Amino acid sequence: MLCRAGAVTRMRAGQKLGLILLLTPLLLWLSLLIIIPHIDLFLLSLRERVGVRQYETSLANYTTILTEPLYMVTFARTAIMSILATALTLLIAFPVSYYIAKMVRGRARSVLFLMCLIPFWVSELVRTFGWMILLRESGVISGLLQWAGLAAGPVEMLYNDASIMVGLVYTSMLFMVVPLVTTLDSLDDAVIEAGYDLGGSGPSILREIVIPHAVPGIVSGSIVVFMLSLGNYLTPTMLGGKDSLWFTQMIYSQFIVRFNWELGAAFGFMLLVLSSLIVWVVLRMTGQTLEKTMG
Amino acid sequence: MIPTIPQNPLIRVAYGAYVALFFLYLALPLTVVAVFAFNDSQFPSLPWEGFTLGWFFGSERPVIGVFHEDPILRAIGTSVTIGLAVSTLSVAVGTTNAFLFNRYQFRGRGLLYVLMLLPLVIPGIVLGISILVFSSTLANSAWDAAEIDLQALRPGLVLVILGQFSFVTTIATLVIAARLQKFDRTLEEAALNLGANHLTAVRTITLPYLAPAMIGAFVVSFLMSFENFNTTLMLVGSDSPLTIAMFDRLKLGSTPLLNAVSLLLMLGSSVLALLMIAFQRRS
Repeated sequence: MLCRAGAVTRMRAGQKLGLILLLTPLLLWLSLLIIIPHIDLFLLSLRERVGVRQYETSLANYTTILTEPLYMVTFARTAIMSILATALTLLIAFPVSYYIAKMVRGRARSVLFLMCLIPFWVSELVRTFGWMILLRESGVISGLLQWAGLAAGPVEMLYNDASIMVGLVYTSMLFMVVPLVTTLDSLDDAVIEAGYDLGGSGPSILREIVIPHAVPGIVSGSIVVFMLSLGNYLTPTMLGGKDSLWFTQMIYSQFIVRFNWELGAAFGFMLLVLSSLIVWVVLRMTGQTLEKTMG
Repeated sequence: MIPTIPQNPLIRVAYGAYVALFFLYLALPLTVVAVFAFNDSQFPSLPWEGFTLGWFFGSERPVIGVFHEDPILRAIGTSVTIGLAVSTLSVAVGTTNAFLFNRYQFRGRGLLYVLMLLPLVIPGIVLGISILVFSSTLANSAWDAAEIDLQALRPGLVLVILGQFSFVTTIATLVIAARLQKFDRTLEEAALNLGANHLTAVRTITLPYLAPAMIGAFVVSFLMSFENFNTTLMLVGSDSPLTIAMFDRLKLGSTPLLNAVSLLLMLGSSVLALLMIAFQRRS
């Protein structure tokens, strides 16, 4: 009896040791690379330089941002264009995902799905470079238009907001298609058939059955696409024009070009708050949780 | 609309055409990048000046190919080094994380799980600057306190590796945890009944079962590290990995050399991805 109790305590002790050993890397990773750096970033954003190597705690950086129209306009612009990019990506991806999940079967289906994935194993830089070759004045589309007689001279299609949008939608397409295909796939065909049997029409079935079923996929896809667009630096920089500022570019220029880390930190923190806020609102509105949509 | 329900053929054709158009849109940018790698011209644009392999093998100005362009080759080497380090670290921590969340119930588990997912919803550039700020704080305090110069905490390889590791680990954890979830615990219990201790059971039964997921996570981590841009941009020092080196060149103006590098990248990552899929199928 005593002997067994001893074995149990030993088991318990072993379990506890295992827990501690497995907990250590997780806690080190999360605290040293995620939590403490973000707290430090926040503290830095609250620092105001008042002299050489002299600092004070104040909200000066944030008041600078709030009172400087250029910063606020860029902030709002980045947010609005990212939301628009997310909506466009969803609109374009949904029919395609439905096609892959429901209209084709067997081998054709895996091939189509794989074809959606492959472009995204290539660096974002290469994808953006491809759009530059297509859209610029001396580019392929401009050349084709001239060849077809639709344009008299070279057409510049790069360096504007539309080209940024094309790039953003393209870059994040995968992250919408995969969750959509996965959720649509789990919708039983019989349910759709039942909808038709009960007299439903195509649009009403889409509205009443397909879309409600796809909500988790729509939510997780939209969150990821929104995040990627908001935090994108490459696409706005390479495809956008001189006036099309993106919030990440301002962070970069404060940190690397102007060496004003305090203001840059405040920018970074605002971007983080904005993205967390929108993610939180979307999750609340649709009754989802981060664990369910991401895990 | 499903295949078993009769549909207006016109709608069906239009739907098919839309999907075809979508795949054209997906393929177009990559195709032009690949095609112009063979253009015998100083610019990756029309007109087509004839076919050449010079942008791969050329060794004389003005056409110096990838295989003779030392800065690019060095950058590829840097990227591979970073990628291997990041994947090794991420798979190691991802595996311990997967075991932790799969096997243990403890207080704060739910909170830690959400925290573990958090790097997915933090913009890469913010992740980059926060690590940059924190490491500079550490390096500066080390200098102020004892005049120790911690070079590793200044922008450079170590910071790039840590920065990428900070979010790639989440992906590795999810991939490995998904397979561990499907593991039949009774197999482990059988090993225990047969006299194995806990560690032996995990080593001889569970880890071999997890191996495909660990290899998959390694490849995914490597590719994510290789193509990462945002986080790397903020942490990079003097030796740039490939994406940063290409970005710097692209800002100055592009030559088909960049197309050639891109084409090699495409081939490399497709081969890796396809190998991984084939491997996953088999096991």
